[in-house]
Amino acid sequence: MPLNILVCIKQVPDPEQFDRITLDPATGSINRAGIPPVTNPVDRHAVEEALRIREASGGTVAVLTMGPPQARKCLEDALAMGADRGVLLCDMAFAGADTLATAAVLAAGIRSAGDFDLVLCGNESVDGATGQVPAQLAEALGWPRVTYARKIEIAKEAATALVEREIEEGFLRVEVRLPAVIAVVKRINRYRLPTIFGILEAGKKEIIEVGCAACECAGLVAEAMGLAGSPTRVAGVFQSHRKRHVEMIGGEPKEAARGLIRKLKEMDAL
Amino acid sequence: MKEILVWAELRDGRLTGVALEIMKKALDLATLSGGRVSAVAIGRECRESAAELVAHGAERVFVVEDARLDLYQADAFTKILCRLIGEIRPGIVLMGGTSVGADLAPAVAARLGTGLTAHCTDLRIEAIEGLDQLVMVVPGWRGNMMVKIVCPEKRPVMATIRPGVMERGRPEPSREGEIVAVSPDIDEKDFRARTLERVRESEESALEQAKIIVSGGFGFYEAGGVALLDQLARALGAVTAGSRPACDAGWVPESRMIGQSGRTVSPDLFISIGASGAPHYTTGFAKSKLIVAIDKNPKAPVFDIADFGVAGDLKEIIPALVEELEAKE
Ligand SMILES: Cc1cc2nc3c(=O)[nH]c(=O)nc-3n(C[C@H](O)[C@H](O)[C@H](O)COP(=O)(O)OP(=O)(O)OC[C@H]3O[C@@H](n4cnc5c(N)ncnc54)[C@H](O)[C@@H]3O)c2cc1C
Ligand SMILES: Nc1ncnc2c1ncn2[C@@H]1O[C@H](COP(=O)(O)O)[C@@H](O)[C@H]1O
Repeated sequence: MPLNILVCIKQVPDPEQFDRITLDPATGSINRAGIPPVTNPVDRHAVEEALRIREASGGTVAVLTMGPPQARKCLEDALAMGADRGVLLCDMAFAGADTLATAAVLAAGIRSAGDFDLVLCGNESVDGATGQVPAQLAEALGWPRVTYARKIEIAKEAATALVEREIEEGFLRVEVRLPAVIAVVKRINRYRLPTIFGILEAGKKEIIEVGCAACECAGLVAEAMGLAGSPTRVAGVFQSHRKRHVEMIGGEPKEAARGLIRKLKEMDAL
Repeated sequence: MKEILVWAELRDGRLTGVALEIMKKALDLATLSGGRVSAVAIGRECRESAAELVAHGAERVFVVEDARLDLYQADAFTKILCRLIGEIRPGIVLMGGTSVGADLAPAVAARLGTGLTAHCTDLRIEAIEGLDQLVMVVPGWRGNMMVKIVCPEKRPVMATIRPGVMERGRPEPSREGEIVAVSPDIDEKDFRARTLERVRESEESALEQAKIIVSGGFGFYEAGGVALLDQLARALGAVTAGSRPACDAGWVPESRMIGQSGRTVSPDLFISIGASGAPHYTTGFAKSKLIVAIDKNPKAPVFDIADFGVAGDLKEIIPALVEELEAKE
């Protein structure tokens, strides 16, 4: 049975360039100027998984992001991979959201964008790295959830999905009723790169914009959005002083080895 | 902040390490703020764990026992915790940031409409804007950048705690506490997502329990892999781990990757070899009691966080270490 799938993707500063992020200790503000935005890496795996499900059982794949106008780029990339349409949640009222307010707006955006059987997310974003949004989104939608998914099988009649969910010592086999939110980890698949054809096709696909008003129509009050709807606040930023004082042990390898072991014994570490 | 509630996760019917790490922190906070600590344990059989939680300082332990709750059941656990929190109204709720805690905590926070801070490495009480508040410390984008988060209005304040970063307390059998049985009050509707079985693939606790960890980085490239690291581990009775490139290369299983995207450990002795010391990596072991760094490059940043350093080629240093260790036996 065909499924209507929606994938939540997020634009983040390129994690390979995080060492260029600087911090103003006085104001606590974070400067990420000049770091190019990319799609949150694991979210591409979520898009890939949606495309594979569509290829297997038919249906549609929509991609959705909440972010500034330039976040449209990550929707375009997903459309070029093969998604059918995009939803851009963009409004000043959404700014400054913590995970609770993010999930609330994503849920309202999803409701206003159509009826879906399955919402896929990445398990966590590299910039927020909280991994909280998927479970909170499921709550906001009133749906069940499975996070840390490394394998998804949709049952033939499409009423349930069988998921392998990673835990520290292995995995849990979870059966979840649809509609549900499932958050995936990277090892679930290898994602495809857009083809030239895909990029050309993407230009013809629709990206709808959803703002504050549409979210209000979907039942979300403005007080639940953005900074206003965020219970947590950043109270400050500081550098940790974890620098230790290193004692270098020199000499030829044999000498150094002997010296190191003597030190460790003195410290009762061996 | 009168009452602090700790969700004590069970695995195989036993308390997880992080549950005891949180208990100690909760007790410290309660002592500071004049509150008390309660704990909740959910599972098939929780009595023994409840007694252990009392010995670790819980004044009350709520036990929710049911054969259906042997494995993690997302819907049911969420419902049980929300109901309990609604009844006992704690000011603070603390949970372990395990793969299960990271699923449960955000759902509970969302259902209660309160704030949650993920993967905290420290909790303190500080006066902010004239009000004593729980300050939750999380690592920022770069390893040495720390961010303080508060939740000024909504209650309870919720946080998940990174496993392995906080110290465990000592159990005191003389402590007394009340054990309160709570009925789970769940039915079929609370299993929209149903965990059918658990499949074990690795020994998860090896890293957590290790006294000595030897960790290899991309510097093993020239050595053609980490056979030398394994030798050293055997000589030391240590567990092996690795940096991201070492795991990407397939030398060390990903479940033993150290760092921001991997595991946080704090053994008595951590030996890092052939890893440059990127903050993403060092944040995973910075709290170890003693840190030794071995790297060819004497300017490698890893030496900044080490107690002892050896600048040299691991292909020479490791065999020398192994020989020295084995000679002494
Ligand atoms: C968002 C994000 C999250 C990340 N999370 C993690 C994480 O959780 N864990 C992690 O490890 N990394 C993580 N990384 C990657 C991290 O930034 C570094 O790239 C990585 O830790 C470097 O690994 P390395 O030190 O093994 O390799 P390199 O930086 O390549 O260092 C190799 C070292 O080996 C030394 N060497 C070479 N040959 C020899 C020899 N013969 N003898 C002795 N020494 C030798 C070199 O001098 C060098 O210092 C993350 C990155 C990002 C962007
Ligand atoms: N602003 C956003 N827009 C769309 N999806 C998001 C957004 N923030 C988080 N997500 C989704 O939630 C996942 C986990 O993010 P986080 O909880 O922030 O670590 C991401 O991988 C995305 O799938």
